[in-house]
Amino acid sequence: MMEDMKSGLDNKTDDAPRIATKELTLSMGPQHPATHGVLRLVLDLDGETVVKCTPYVGYLHRGVEKLSEYRNYFQIIPLTDRLDYISSMAGNIGYCVAVEKLFDIQLPERAQYIRTIAAEMARITNHLLWLATHALDIGAMTVFLYCFREREVILDLFERMSGARLTVSYPRIGGVKNNVDAKWLDDLYRFTDEFPMRLEQYETLIDKNRIWLRRTKGIGIISAEDAINWGISGPTLRGSGVPYDIRRYMPYGVYDKVKWEVPVGKNGDVYDRYRVRMEEFRQSNSIIRQCIKQIPDGPVMADAPKFILPAKDKVLSDMEHLIRQFVLITKGPQSAPEGEIYVATEVPKGELGFYIISDGTGKPYRMRVRAPSFVHVAVLPKLCEGGFVADVIANIGTIDIVLGECDR
Amino acid sequence: MGIDNRNTPKNFVLGQAGTRAGLPDRQAQNADNPSLVKVAEGIKVIPGANTLITTLDKLINWGRKSSIWPMTFGLACCAIEMMATGSSVYDLDRFGIVFRASPRQSDLLIVAGTVTKKMAPVVRRVYDQMSEPRYVMAMGSCACSGGIFNTYAVVQGCDEFLPVDIYVPGCPPRPEALMEGLLKLQDKIQKEHFRWSPWR
Amino acid sequence: MEPLEIAELLKEKFPIEVQDVTNFRDQVSVSVKRDRISDICRYLIDDPDISMDFLSDLCGVDYPERRLRFEVVYNLCSLKYKHRIRIKALIPEDDPSIDSVVPLWSGANWHEREACDMFGIVFNGHPDLRRILMPEDWEGYPLRKDYPLRGPEGFEYRKYEELKELHTHDDEWTIKS
Repeated sequence: MMEDMKSGLDNKTDDAPRIATKELTLSMGPQHPATHGVLRLVLDLDGETVVKCTPYVGYLHRGVEKLSEYRNYFQIIPLTDRLDYISSMAGNIGYCVAVEKLFDIQLPERAQYIRTIAAEMARITNHLLWLATHALDIGAMTVFLYCFREREVILDLFERMSGARLTVSYPRIGGVKNNVDAKWLDDLYRFTDEFPMRLEQYETLIDKNRIWLRRTKGIGIISAEDAINWGISGPTLRGSGVPYDIRRYMPYGVYDKVKWEVPVGKNGDVYDRYRVRMEEFRQSNSIIRQCIKQIPDGPVMADAPKFILPAKDKVLSDMEHLIRQFVLITKGPQSAPEGEIYVATEVPKGELGFYIISDGTGKPYRMRVRAPSFVHVAVLPKLCEGGFVADVIANIGTIDIVLGECDR
Repeated sequence: MGIDNRNTPKNFVLGQAGTRAGLPDRQAQNADNPSLVKVAEGIKVIPGANTLITTLDKLINWGRKSSIWPMTFGLACCAIEMMATGSSVYDLDRFGIVFRASPRQSDLLIVAGTVTKKMAPVVRRVYDQMSEPRYVMAMGSCACSGGIFNTYAVVQGCDEFLPVDIYVPGCPPRPEALMEGLLKLQDKIQKEHFRWSPWR
Repeated sequence: MEPLEIAELLKEKFPIEVQDVTNFRDQVSVSVKRDRISDICRYLIDDPDISMDFLSDLCGVDYPERRLRFEVVYNLCSLKYKHRIRIKALIPEDDPSIDSVVPLWSGANWHEREACDMFGIVFNGHPDLRRILMPEDWEGYPLRKDYPLRGPEGFEYRKYEELKELHTHDDEWTIKS
């Protein structure tokens, strides 16, 4: 229908005198249900067409980077929860991977597997929420209710492993907080059994829906060269056909030990990005299943006495361990190697990079978060300008932003 | 004069307090007018007449508390839990709580998340746009007290610039906690006095 | 190509500009003078063996005790060859400015705005250099080391102060029962 309308309008401009429209400036947000948080867009409109789009961010700037300069390496983990609060597990893991690289800590096998499982669960919850809100914005309310049903199952599993539903703070530097039991793995496996069937349900709801297709196909096209030039990453980049996935390029965790594929799109429009994410659901599901089958027994914390709490029974029986526990808990790590690292991990939204400068003390000298959402919001004008005002909503949804991470 | 209890219709109950309709306490009958049956605190029924007597306060508060429409206004992490509370599993609709995207038609502003100094004027404007009676709920540690973000950019509790009715702690609060907060707000509304004034 | 080899190539190509090369945990940082940063980045993009087409990150760092107080750090990545390198441009305090790299990577636009917002570094030739995260009438540069965590003593953002003022009068608008 959109194309018909477009061509109709074009014909009109050729034959008949155009209706004189006045340019209108529309301020969308920061309080708008479809901006996924507190994003503000100032749209200059000519009739229904967006002439200029200016995003304003910073309404959720909480000073996380400044705050982390005043906290030790342990205390930063809860802050990384609240960056990308939709998939906080992925943010935690990204930070821990970076600090482990700085400290040069090798993780035990089981911890690697648990982290990989948890990261993929976070990817599923993130994409579920993305699908729910994206479809809701475009007009499909039912998908929202279905997606949240499955999301609750994973959140319950998160709660059983970490004690929290959303802000998990489950990974620790050098491992994970606690081991998971066989019952938990069983329940997760049962979820992965039926999840592909649920995915088919969602696809039945929207995949052949004419409204959905008209509102996503050919909207918000970005070419591969442009996408790379703008620094876009994650599913948004893969929708344009670039198979850039850090899990494949520079593997961490156990991504090199399981079989999975990098789904890519072709046209780089909203629909392709939707297809890429739907495919990522299936890949994540398969990664979780393989990990559960392969997961070995063993410890879940690395053996690095300077940074890692001693075992509880040793603390209760040995003075030295007690002192170590006391110092680590009250003061945090006392020293860190001097240097700087940039470590990127693939979170559901794209490349989450932590650039940490250490000056040898127990606190980072500077911690910079390279947030994928921040980069993606910057590209909104490119996607929106020239399109209809209704497509702005589809474009905001498709780049999958979360403002806590964008503004930090 | 005897009273047939079975004639007292059940759907006359307003509020949650005390005795159920249909089982009136004979002690509680009005001494002056024995034909009135007290079914709950401040509510009396005329048996057989399909009529009840109560105060305007109670009636209006009942109406208000049964249809709280919160503003769809998510700021940060807590907004995700707010969405979860409103969606299929926790289902806020059963309390008559339906999210409304326009401040002019909503009764409750749930400040769900960190309020920064850049955002505070916007939050205040949304609050000012809401029509009376309006309520404010601070959801989550950040809205209650600034939480872990004690920095240059963050407002240390939204009660610095908004009159807050209910505080729900947690980071973020579970959906059950948010529901508890909403029930507490219903209790609060129940105790209000209706005011004939330009503002209330 | 190994990151150290890229650093060697840079040293050959720009002998005056390259100040220092450090290697930590297989990550190579090259400190350069700020004057020819555009040329250096252009070389890194255009050289077919290096081809740093993806700007992962751009940020500022503040070292108050150094003579060249600020650094602008470019974390570059090549999607073609899967290698990374870090370029650090040194900037003095009295003239905190550097050439913008937006013509090379469009994605640098917002990163540079953020560095300007947080450190007060001016990027010459940037198309739209405004504050991005802080309100436009904010004073001070929050991520500088001399900026206190809770803001300077006695400083309050003007619009927020007005709000608090408004709030103290809230009670007058509510009629007591």
